[in-house]
Amino acid sequence: MLPTVAAMNHLSVLADGAILRSPTTIFDPAATPARSAFELSMLVLGVTAGIFLVVGGLMLYAVIRFRYRPSDSEREPPQIYGSNQIELSWTVIPILIVVMLFLSTTRVILDTEAAPKPASSVDVTVIGHQFWWEYRYPKLGVVTANELHVPVSDPAKPMPTYLAMSSADTDHSFWVPRLAGKMDLIPNRLNTMWIDPQEPGLYLGQCAQYCGTQHAKMLLRVYAQSPEDFAAWIKQQQRPAEQDVSANPAVAEGQTVFMHSACINCHTIAGTVATGRYGPDLTHLESRDTIASGPIQNTPENLRKWIANPNSMKPGVLMPSMHLNDHDLDVITAYLVTLH
Amino acid sequence: MAHAPVVAVIDQTLETKRRPPFDVVYEWVTTVDHKKIGLMYIAYALIFLLIAGFEAVLMRIQLAVPNNHFVSPQVFNRLFTMHGTTMVFFMGMPILFGFANYLVPLMIGARDMAFPRLNAFSFWISAFGGLLLYFSYLGGDGLYGMGSAPDVGWFAYAPLTAKVFSPGHSTDYWTLSILLSGIGTTGTALNIMTTTICMRCKGMKLTRMPLFVWLMVVTSFLVFVAVSPLTAAQIMLTLDRYLGAHFFDTQAGGSAVLWMHFFWIFGHPEVYILVLPAFGFISEMIPVFSRKAIFGYPAMVAASVAIGFISLSVWAHHMFTVGMGPAGNTFFVFSTMVISVPTGIKIFNWLATLWGGKIIFKVPMMFSLAFLFQFLVAGLTGIMLSSAPFNWQLSASYFVIAHFHYVLVGAIVTALFGAFYYWYPKVTGRMMSETLGKWHFWLFIIGFHLTFDVMHVPGLLGMPRRIYTYEAGRGWETLNFIIGIGALFQTVGTLIFVYNMVRSYYHGEIAGHDPWDAWTLEWATPSPPPVYNFAVEPTVRSRRPLWDLKHPEDPDENYE
Repeated sequence: MLPTVAAMNHLSVLADGAILRSPTTIFDPAATPARSAFELSMLVLGVTAGIFLVVGGLMLYAVIRFRYRPSDSEREPPQIYGSNQIELSWTVIPILIVVMLFLSTTRVILDTEAAPKPASSVDVTVIGHQFWWEYRYPKLGVVTANELHVPVSDPAKPMPTYLAMSSADTDHSFWVPRLAGKMDLIPNRLNTMWIDPQEPGLYLGQCAQYCGTQHAKMLLRVYAQSPEDFAAWIKQQQRPAEQDVSANPAVAEGQTVFMHSACINCHTIAGTVATGRYGPDLTHLESRDTIASGPIQNTPENLRKWIANPNSMKPGVLMPSMHLNDHDLDVITAYLVTLH
Repeated sequence: MAHAPVVAVIDQTLETKRRPPFDVVYEWVTTVDHKKIGLMYIAYALIFLLIAGFEAVLMRIQLAVPNNHFVSPQVFNRLFTMHGTTMVFFMGMPILFGFANYLVPLMIGARDMAFPRLNAFSFWISAFGGLLLYFSYLGGDGLYGMGSAPDVGWFAYAPLTAKVFSPGHSTDYWTLSILLSGIGTTGTALNIMTTTICMRCKGMKLTRMPLFVWLMVVTSFLVFVAVSPLTAAQIMLTLDRYLGAHFFDTQAGGSAVLWMHFFWIFGHPEVYILVLPAFGFISEMIPVFSRKAIFGYPAMVAASVAIGFISLSVWAHHMFTVGMGPAGNTFFVFSTMVISVPTGIKIFNWLATLWGGKIIFKVPMMFSLAFLFQFLVAGLTGIMLSSAPFNWQLSASYFVIAHFHYVLVGAIVTALFGAFYYWYPKVTGRMMSETLGKWHFWLFIIGFHLTFDVMHVPGLLGMPRRIYTYEAGRGWETLNFIIGIGALFQTVGTLIFVYNMVRSYYHGEIAGHDPWDAWTLEWATPSPPPVYNFAVEPTVRSRRPLWDLKHPEDPDENYE
């Protein structure tokens, strides 16, 4: 019985506690906005669990205690039409609970949305696209895509990252559960949010507002790095692409094919004629772990397959197949993997 | 005095001969009888329930395992759009209006709705809307491009609906079908409102109306207020798409957030439009099966009216993540939390009605009790969602999906199933099978909890809604598998329900006019009721006219 086997597998996974180790759980916050939401959620969960136990318990008691028994007399039970005192009590008590929850909620809203921005913060402009993320560091002169690098923020010496967000096409939403709640990216509108991851590491998430066919594969990867590592990364990203391709004829040919095909209409490679902005910036493509906004590992084989027919790997993606022959695919891939 | 004053004389015309099928069809198509129109509403909604339920099953199969290729992303996006649109506009509203059509005149001692022809028009225009929506599968991209139903999601956020992101006609089918459904809904709401204001029988003061009728009045009021902005938004969208307007066209300076406001100022009252009739069913069934009068009738009415008004001020809690800023967020946190107070009052009054009663576990009551527990949970997850910072994590995740399905399935559909078992004998003259009903109940309830209890968890673990597939390793796969199993249980339960209805129509036990020993006026007339409902216009002296008749020594009027 296949379903049974599958069910057994699933149960063993449950027992393993794989659920608790989810990289995207909201219950393991790693930055202040996520932590304050988490603390508030514990309060709200506690209060609602209390209400559930009391009211649910009363319901269960009533259903059992007042069930019809065959030994009961045929007479109807006493008819009770209501009581103003009781109505008043179950109006006032909920109002008090509401006031308490409202005040604690308001405090967290203000702490998150009205917090003063420290001068030491890093600014990133996030632009949502169908179906990928564009990241621009306006003060640092860096443009990249799909993998966001931010510095770790020490609470004693805060260096939060402020994200100014908009969209180039449809609505998107930036959601990395361990760092912060979500914020929508809406065309014609500028939203801001901030994150201050306190441990280095990779934080995952994905687009949380339906944005079209490939909404599901618009993944988020946030790399929190120590200030030194972050500075090094910025320095490396600020360099233009390596232009000296004469050492390897395949690479040189790949560059020629790339620069003479429609690739350059959509992609930028800094320092070349490729200045398109419709697709991700490829200047430092090889410094990224993934392609296609997260779902595919950035290996030469995957890259070649992707260029040959993006739709076979991510159906609905807006990058067309260029109908390149095998040789051109080989040399373009050879060129792209030099873009460190 | 026996039941005589309110019982209609037996109508000889009920003993009809078999007629040719064409005559039967002709009669149903041309009818203006509120009962026949009500039944057509219900039948039509049940067909859509099965279709949209089937769409849900397809989605659960796709999501049961990670990286599944059962359906393509394009097909999946159409499935969730059609599932949501169908369930809200072509299942939820028609089925509740069907019950209201059938029951409101009977409950207030009237012979028909105030505007019978408007009633028929409203039904047929809504029905046409539903057909139009599904015709999009053929017509959306022309007959050569099969499979082009709308794929913009049931709240169709701008600018995904703009011509540039949604070429072809699939979005137009969505727009037009909702526009038509809105016209039908408004007509029926007008009818219900007028009927309850003008056509109550002698002695049926507003303070004596059954709670179901009260809740339909509040629902109808909400329809007037809420459907108009939706209709306006659909017209604006069509202008955007075809006449170069730029209301929502962000590429030309329009506003995506404007659409959200228009949609949710409809969309949140809509939730109450759907749930208030369910409150009505419960408020009728719980007293009868507890053998007690409803506790705190005036408080129940006041709470319903309060919910109606407050529900108009909470819409932007669907928009906590669009960057409204702290002031806007705080206001909508408050209004949303406040609505839990009148809602709590209703739950407490139902509980107090059970208290001290003699609870009889017939199938309608089992569904009513399940409603109570499930609605309690739905309300509590609603409080969690109303807390904006918590909402920033939960919104647009599977937690929200679980929450609103807890309302729509756990409360509304559960109450509806109860209502079917409760009023079926009135409509057909035969009882539904209790045995099959219990199978239906347990399978459905177990399936419901497997699916929707578990569904909260992937949301907490970062799973967003509307994704056609996901990668392994996020802790979602086991949960989605269990959710899929639950869907299977619910499907089997629902099929048993349909079988029970068909079987009982031919083989059910004869019901008589008052099988539940109930107290409202619809049980004073034969089952099924004659065309004119009551031979003699009834006169009532209290909220429970049949209680007064059955207990002349201790009538309700002495206490109200």
